[in-house]
Amino acid sequence: MAEKKITLNIITCRTIQQGVGMEAGKTSQKYFDACTIIQMHPDDFKKLGAWRNTNVRVTSSVGSVILKAVETREDLVPGLAHIPMGPWANRIVPGYTFSTGEPCFKGFPADVEIAAGERIMGAIEVLQDACGLIRK
Amino acid sequence: MSEYIIKNGHVFDPVQGIKGDKKDIAVKDGKIVDKVGSSAKTIDAKGKTVMAGALDIHAHVAGPKVNAGRWYRPEDKHFDSHKVPGITRIEGGKSIPTVFKTGYAYARMGFTFVMEAAMPPMYARHVHEEIHDTPIIDEAALPVFGNNWFILEYLKNQEVENAAAYIAWILRQTKGYGIKCVNPGGTEAWAWGLNCLTIDDPVPYFDITPAEIVTGLMKANEYLGLPHSFHVHQNDLGNPGNFKVTLDTLKLADGIKVRNNFGREQVMHSTHLQFHAYGGDSFANIESKSKEIMDYINKHDNITMDTGNVTLDETTTMTADGPFEHHLHALNHLKWFNVDVELETGAGVVPYIYSPNVSVNAIQWAIGLELALYAKDPMRCFISTDHPNAGPFTRYPRVYSWLMSKKVRDERLNTFKNADKVIDATYLAEIDKEISLYELAQMTRAGPAKALGLGKDYGGLANGMNADIAIYNINPDKFPSTGAEIEKAFANVAYLFKDGKICVEEGKVVDIGKKHTFWVDAKVNENKQVMHDIREKFLKYYSLSEANYPVPESYAPHQHILTVDAVQ
Amino acid sequence: MPKEVTDVICPFCGTLCDDIRITVSDDNKTILGVKNACAIGAEKFNHQRLPGRVKLPRMRQADGTFKEVSYDEAIDWTAKMLVKSRKTLMYGWASTSCQAMSIGHDIAEKVGGIVDNCATVCHGSSLIAIEDVGVPSCTLGEVKNRADRVIFWGCNPAHAHPRHMSRYSIFPRGFFTVKGHKGRKIYCVDCRYTDTAKCADEFIQVQQGYDYELLNAFRTAARGEALPDTVGGVPKEKIYEIVEDLKTARFGIIFFGMGLTHSMGRNHNIDIAINLTRDMNDFTKFAIMAMRGHWNVTGSGQVLGWQYGFPYAVDLSRRDQARHQTGETTSVDLLNRNEVEACFYIATDPGAHFPVDAMVSSSKKPTVTIDPHINCTTEISDLHIPVAMVGVETGGCAYRMDNVPIETRKVVEPPEGMLTDEELLTRINQRVDELLAKGGA
Repeated sequence: MAEKKITLNIITCRTIQQGVGMEAGKTSQKYFDACTIIQMHPDDFKKLGAWRNTNVRVTSSVGSVILKAVETREDLVPGLAHIPMGPWANRIVPGYTFSTGEPCFKGFPADVEIAAGERIMGAIEVLQDACGLIRK
Repeated sequence: MSEYIIKNGHVFDPVQGIKGDKKDIAVKDGKIVDKVGSSAKTIDAKGKTVMAGALDIHAHVAGPKVNAGRWYRPEDKHFDSHKVPGITRIEGGKSIPTVFKTGYAYARMGFTFVMEAAMPPMYARHVHEEIHDTPIIDEAALPVFGNNWFILEYLKNQEVENAAAYIAWILRQTKGYGIKCVNPGGTEAWAWGLNCLTIDDPVPYFDITPAEIVTGLMKANEYLGLPHSFHVHQNDLGNPGNFKVTLDTLKLADGIKVRNNFGREQVMHSTHLQFHAYGGDSFANIESKSKEIMDYINKHDNITMDTGNVTLDETTTMTADGPFEHHLHALNHLKWFNVDVELETGAGVVPYIYSPNVSVNAIQWAIGLELALYAKDPMRCFISTDHPNAGPFTRYPRVYSWLMSKKVRDERLNTFKNADKVIDATYLAEIDKEISLYELAQMTRAGPAKALGLGKDYGGLANGMNADIAIYNINPDKFPSTGAEIEKAFANVAYLFKDGKICVEEGKVVDIGKKHTFWVDAKVNENKQVMHDIREKFLKYYSLSEANYPVPESYAPHQHILTVDAVQ
Repeated sequence: MPKEVTDVICPFCGTLCDDIRITVSDDNKTILGVKNACAIGAEKFNHQRLPGRVKLPRMRQADGTFKEVSYDEAIDWTAKMLVKSRKTLMYGWASTSCQAMSIGHDIAEKVGGIVDNCATVCHGSSLIAIEDVGVPSCTLGEVKNRADRVIFWGCNPAHAHPRHMSRYSIFPRGFFTVKGHKGRKIYCVDCRYTDTAKCADEFIQVQQGYDYELLNAFRTAARGEALPDTVGGVPKEKIYEIVEDLKTARFGIIFFGMGLTHSMGRNHNIDIAINLTRDMNDFTKFAIMAMRGHWNVTGSGQVLGWQYGFPYAVDLSRRDQARHQTGETTSVDLLNRNEVEACFYIATDPGAHFPVDAMVSSSKKPTVTIDPHINCTTEISDLHIPVAMVGVETGGCAYRMDNVPIETRKVVEPPEGMLTDEELLTRINQRVDELLAKGGA
């Protein structure tokens, strides 16, 4: 029986597609496609009862973001998920640095639930939305 | 440009043999001249000491290992990172000053030229970026050759001409000044975790000995006729009993004929000799061999040296003698930085605390002073602290106080925790000599300038020479009697003239003047073999392309180039 | 006739490849082709010719739209902001030249800025560790010529430094390593089987966040002491086996990255990796190197180092003293705690790469962003000033991950009328001087 919500350990890292997308431009389709994903292990797809390439809502202690759940090429382990670095990942990265200056980019818990009908925001939009700067 | 007349000062100028006579010095258009017009500004030097600007022949002030030291020692800036009055930037760092502090601090002490002691050629751009940012003082840098693959291969085959051609190429690529050799062979061995501790230990794979490297480099230096001589940091630094290796190395200068058009008379400059003058066979019975070393040097006038005086401070050691730093880290367990540089050299950094309570450190302190006091020819023995290895350069005034006053140094000697042991192991207690102001001028001005091949324009106050002049608040007729007063007088000049411009006044920086980067352009015969070898090694072994190796002109906006014609 | 510019340095990552060949149009204005670069580097150079380049500064209006203004106006606005603010965060620097950084620091000293670079969210942990324990390292050519054991720990060069493995660490045939990758044993330690792991001879899967424990276990094994059955998910037999193999190396190197700097433990993860390397030097020759991400974050650290004595997070807001304390003077913390009055971003995009709370805080302050392109940060700034792309349209010194300095080249002309970072900062500096002479903004 699939669960409505699963909790995963999240790491956020560079991918080559994210790097190429970044150089193509932050507003480019390449960047969007590279960064708006959460890579999950097949076991976690099963646990959540989600289809591959569906949108999910990922919520951490600091925020929430809609991403597309995909199966990974670089094998994860069950319970571990990867989001490429970028403004989408950073909507949920906890900013506490333990006085080291470094936020918790890797190794923080987040809840994942199916959000198939929800839209993924654009790169600029996802940041402006958090700052309350979206033009009406 | 401005004209000045410095009136009534006590002049100490070894170039002209002036030993404290009252003499006026006239400055015009950046040079010392015979006389100036009535509109010249008068500088009252009555009751003051006037010397040429000092030259530091060996200090680590610019480059990758210096900066690594700064990065990894934030505590070095503790309570010491403040802006002082004057037109200065923020200054910081006690043992490894930032570049702004380096320039200002040297200028405040009356220095106008500093030689960066070791430049890894691959990192030359970094050295020059730091030199460019160091205000006021003229600087040059010595590229290191003693562990360079090209040199090891050429000298193994006794191809002095090829070695010379390669050296000339490096000097041009890196805007370097001369030939520096650090722990010959040993730092290449260190890339495998090994070392060369005597002059006969062969280098792994390259199968050449330090003796062959030293001899070959001296020959290449004279083949080129460079302004400075071969400049060496011998093998086995810092180990009890190493005086034998030192004497072996010094003997290699025998029979090498000096050749150059710059007035230089030595073929070997042996640096920070204090670290290489130890007897005994362990730290338990380490003793001074300064007398034996200076006996040799006094009798061989084709060698110059600098002392490497320990100042009894917390400082940071840094050297291209990578294996030594690993060894030191094993002794004191303080944080260790190391870098091995492909095809060229290596470096290490380890903090060190020279404590008056530790007999070994006190013995090292005494040895450094003995070397200077035993020197019969002050024109061949220069004062240094191998900054920052034996102590920060800002301690030069303290070192002068120990050398110029037996009372001051005996006070220090007799109050060591284990004074008896220290006195037993050294000669210092029995030395009465006190360095005079004239000898100081020889050891810090005229001597280093001559050894660097700069004696024609620097280190003296004769007409036509560059107007780099330091005026101290020291009245030779009433020479200060306490250490504190001597230090204070040498730490803050009354005036510093650099290129005829007043840059420091009463210890306060008033003008940053114009610093120059000195380097040597040696022209040699076209050498297709060497150019082929360079091309090949860059393609196959370097991680950087040949086209990106040279230092661009923009890194040294004001260059003072010494040209050498070595075409045979 | 198009021409080819050779020995071009790629301004993307810390690998700083300097063998790129760019084909340039006859009039020096357009890049037509790129050879030798990886996918990311190629994209960067090719992006130069894309339409839609921002040509003039853009000022945010009250209704949220942006309006073009002249450089003079932008410079004046920026200088006024800097002079008025008592404590300005001046962050970024990692994608501009050392020459530009130097001018920026001069401004920071005058106006009371805190100069921080991208290390603060990247290898800052490594710098803290180096401040504690030092670091035994080497240049990349030493790896190429000598290394016969290479460990990638918590880094993924296949994605982040794509040509690293072919230029330096796995495949090259060097002087003492003529067999190339057949003469090297490659280990990869990571919490997931990355594309880099696929190039390794042996992959060690460590439980995410347990790198410290595993490094500790390696040190323990090196000293022949007892281990628990598993550490971080790795069986002790495997740990002993690997350590024994490492001891037989002639020259070993550990490359590490964000897997260690970002996860729990931060600097302690690096600290212990460095200590392991130091311990291994008792048996054979070992070195360790941080895989620096940006092409000139190392350079920013170098310039800050020689000018102020610290590698990043340098607080000059007192104007008479340089201070550095991670947690206090680091960008994310300053923003988290709302401790700056203005933000000045150059050659970076914190909007994309800082955690959202920090950027929400930033967006409430007057902000100037200097960048050739529109990015996440420019769209929440008050003013976006475009500049020439460094390493493409203007040159300048950069430092590679092993601290080797390389002067990047100007390959094509920047768009007409566009300033370089150096020119822009010089003019801002002059305007700041004028305002300060008049007694403030």
